[in-house]
Amino acid sequence: MFTGFFYKLKDARVPVSLREYLTLLEAVEKGLAGYSVEDFYYLARSALVKDERHLDKFDRVFSEHFKGVIDLAEGMDEVEKTEIPEEWLKKLAEKFLTDEEKAEIEALGGWEKLMETLKQRLEEQKGRHQGGNKWIGTAGTSPFGAYGYNPEGVRIGQDKSRHRRAVKVWDKREFKNLDDSVEIGTRNIKVALRRLRKWARTGAADELDLPGTITSTARQGWLDVQMRPERHNAVKVLMLFDIGGSMDDHIKVCEELFSAVKTEFKHLEYYYFHNCPYEGLWKDNARRWNEQVSTWDVINTYGADYKLVIVGDATMSPYEITYPGGAVEYWNAEAGAVWMQRLLDHFEHAAWINPQPENWWRHHQSIQIMHKLMEGRMFPLTLDGLDRMTGELNR
Amino acid sequence: MKFQGTENYVATEDLMVAVNAAITLQRPLLVKGEPGTGKTVLAEEIAKSLGKKLITWSIKSTTRAQQGLYEYDAVSRLRDSQLGDERVHDIGNYIVKGKLWEAFEADGEAPVLLIDEIDKADIEFPNDLLQELDRMEFFVYETQQTVKATNRPIVIITSNNEKELPDAFLRRCFFHYIRFPDADTMAEIIEVHYPGIQKRLVSEALNLFYDMRDVSGLKKKPSTSELLDWLKLLMAEDLPPEALRAKDAKTAVPPMHGALLKNEQDVHLFERLAFMARREGR
Repeated sequence: MFTGFFYKLKDARVPVSLREYLTLLEAVEKGLAGYSVEDFYYLARSALVKDERHLDKFDRVFSEHFKGVIDLAEGMDEVEKTEIPEEWLKKLAEKFLTDEEKAEIEALGGWEKLMETLKQRLEEQKGRHQGGNKWIGTAGTSPFGAYGYNPEGVRIGQDKSRHRRAVKVWDKREFKNLDDSVEIGTRNIKVALRRLRKWARTGAADELDLPGTITSTARQGWLDVQMRPERHNAVKVLMLFDIGGSMDDHIKVCEELFSAVKTEFKHLEYYYFHNCPYEGLWKDNARRWNEQVSTWDVINTYGADYKLVIVGDATMSPYEITYPGGAVEYWNAEAGAVWMQRLLDHFEHAAWINPQPENWWRHHQSIQIMHKLMEGRMFPLTLDGLDRMTGELNR
Repeated sequence: MKFQGTENYVATEDLMVAVNAAITLQRPLLVKGEPGTGKTVLAEEIAKSLGKKLITWSIKSTTRAQQGLYEYDAVSRLRDSQLGDERVHDIGNYIVKGKLWEAFEADGEAPVLLIDEIDKADIEFPNDLLQELDRMEFFVYETQQTVKATNRPIVIITSNNEKELPDAFLRRCFFHYIRFPDADTMAEIIEVHYPGIQKRLVSEALNLFYDMRDVSGLKKKPSTSELLDWLKLLMAEDLPPEALRAKDAKTAVPPMHGALLKNEQDVHLFERLAFMARREGR
């Protein structure tokens, strides 16, 4: 029945399944959608979309798929019943012009002239108007107004349907800003990182083991209390943060990431670097020149069971990665790529988080190089990216 | 049996469609939305308007799915056995019924079951409830009995989006996202809660409120429940509408802002904005 719609949703990457589609059909069969398009829209939305991130995509597909049907249904009696709202000028909007129509507008004196004329006529016109060829109204042939046959140069205020409801809800696209929720807060990051936790029982036995106690009591015949160690977060993380320069743009989101990470992991070590890790890293940005730690020391200090997470935009000159002496601040004897390789050889589980939007990556050569060095384990600093990263690190 | 909102609850049309679909097809309804937009209240109002009993199961981070079904109180049985209590021979005496069981067993009309803030629980929690919510039955191993719902309860589940819910779970639910109400709906909601509140005061307050929500950088945007509290305060103080309108120059911090801004930094931000406005005004 709505199979075409269903497949369009799938193509638009709204995660819908056969089960949900059947639910929708069942609901339609029970007459829940009534006979109005709005109700069907609400019903379909509630049955097929299960996450507010996908609401906008759903709206777009719905609008596209059912456009013809709705226009047809509304066109029938719109001619008789349309009520043009009072604020005509406010909703000037939507121009759908073909080349011919554009030419005609030119003939009328261009777009601006058209608007001016429109304004004038609005002032001249006092009441509602229908038909005719000069005034603004419905079903006329003047370039102004709605549902006309003349090039509909300007469509005005078709904003109340005959049911006196608001503009077609799905065309409003109110859920636009919920799409892909790029907004990332400490709390969200924590939730994303939580998947990385590995629980293990180590340390002193200081928690009552109830099932153990019952089992051994039954076996012994007297009350035999069993204890077990508490569960700890057993993941160890080593983070390297790019600091300064182009990273200044991303400072807020990196701060949030940092504060989330700091409370989430029991074993967390962090160091800073600039643009690309070379032979030295540091812990305190103010004393970076006198208190550098050799990268070799870092590699030797932390075992291979640490998960290495590098946070940086990787936006720099390609020479800073590939050539000795390429570093912007001092002479480096070995190329950044060599140091990256050493880090990666030691830390089996590694990932790079990049605050730059993912679709920009291919425009920066340095990001490409880094991406290759990381063997594709570079992720954007979005919730989705963090999710993918934790999945990768957990492997 | 149709839900149409109640005199205390303004339901938008899309919400009504979603609720009625869930009731008719007997599927759970998952409700999400900003905190304070009336997710929990919805279940109460559905129960009230349909004249059904409401059973609330509030989820915490330590809640396990099993607790909703039943719990076997091994400790008291152990104690009873040490004391030689007669009850110890019947294991049924130590089965404590959970909220789901309670909902399944309710006599007469099926109740409304609210599973509140499901995202607080462990990530596997919803998966553990799949079969139980789908078939509305479960098996008690200790007593070898199957508990089956006589009437399928209406299940409302709320989530604050702190965790992603598993796909298999989502597929079985209807979903509704309560979006923040627009100014008209908001005026309706206020009318429902405080009928006859001075019209002008409300419109000034609403303007101010939406302005505040537009200020970028707020840690926690004020929401409907905060607005209602704030209006209550304003009414109690009997402030004239003009007091609210003085927002242009001197006071960018509205009176009684404590009800709206719940965060020190946010109050701070507002005071700074007020300061800047004053400086510009000079």
